[in-house]
Amino acid sequence: MKSTFPILGILTAVLLSYALYLALVWAPTEQTMGDVQRIFYYHVPSAWTAFTLFLINFVASIVYLIRRKPSADILALVCAEVGVVFCAIVLVTGPIWAKPVWGIWWAKGDIRLTSTLVLWLIYVSYLVLRRFSASGQTPVLAASMAVLGALCVPFVYFSIWFFRTQHPQPVMGGGGSIDPRMLHVLLINWLAFSCFAFLVCWSRYRLEKIQREVDQAHAMQSLNDPRSSR
Amino acid sequence: MNGYLFAAYAAAWIIHIAYLATIVSRYSKVKREIEELKKR
Repeated sequence: MKSTFPILGILTAVLLSYALYLALVWAPTEQTMGDVQRIFYYHVPSAWTAFTLFLINFVASIVYLIRRKPSADILALVCAEVGVVFCAIVLVTGPIWAKPVWGIWWAKGDIRLTSTLVLWLIYVSYLVLRRFSASGQTPVLAASMAVLGALCVPFVYFSIWFFRTQHPQPVMGGGGSIDPRMLHVLLINWLAFSCFAFLVCWSRYRLEKIQREVDQAHAMQSLNDPRSSR
Repeated sequence: MNGYLFAAYAAAWIIHIAYLATIVSRYSKVKREIEELKKR
């Protein structure tokens, strides 16, 4: 187990470097947008990874609400935290692409952009609740919030089908076509980011587990020694 | 390299590295707490 993590870490670093090479060098240059289109190879896989993590958070929250398993609570917390990081990347890289292509950083009132921002804010609120609420009911409240927040994920994803939006149509299933080489680069980048997210979640899960054990040890020590400061 | 492209890729990695740094710092903090617990 101890040696698995570094091996997976090295493999993921190699995969991320290969994906970066494909995105910047190997992928063909798009005729209309030029090199700016290559932002898409980071923007879209980050969005897919964030959505996947929010869906895992949703399932883990339901499991926690039903069975009250601490491991499900930790998994939900970790996936929300890493999902917020990936969603932040989506919200940063999107406007950087939009400025040279649309001429504006942010299309005000655009349903895809606004709903993605709202989704990010929901999960940031979830993390703030987990961080600052000291109540014993916090995991239950957070799990309930996560279940409701997850309803926003399909709304964000399908918003470009159901509403008029300036955002480009979906890469797959949207009726458009994509160069097979571009699709290949996109999928490799998604795989690389998924592996990276898995490793980050893994290390964050271990950290949270240790932190809870330490907090429990502090609590036990305080009970045994009333003069103890903690 | 296009300036916008560089900015987007750099921003993505700055966000990832900043988050990884918070994990490392939390690991160090929890390690110190374990050492303190062992001393008592």
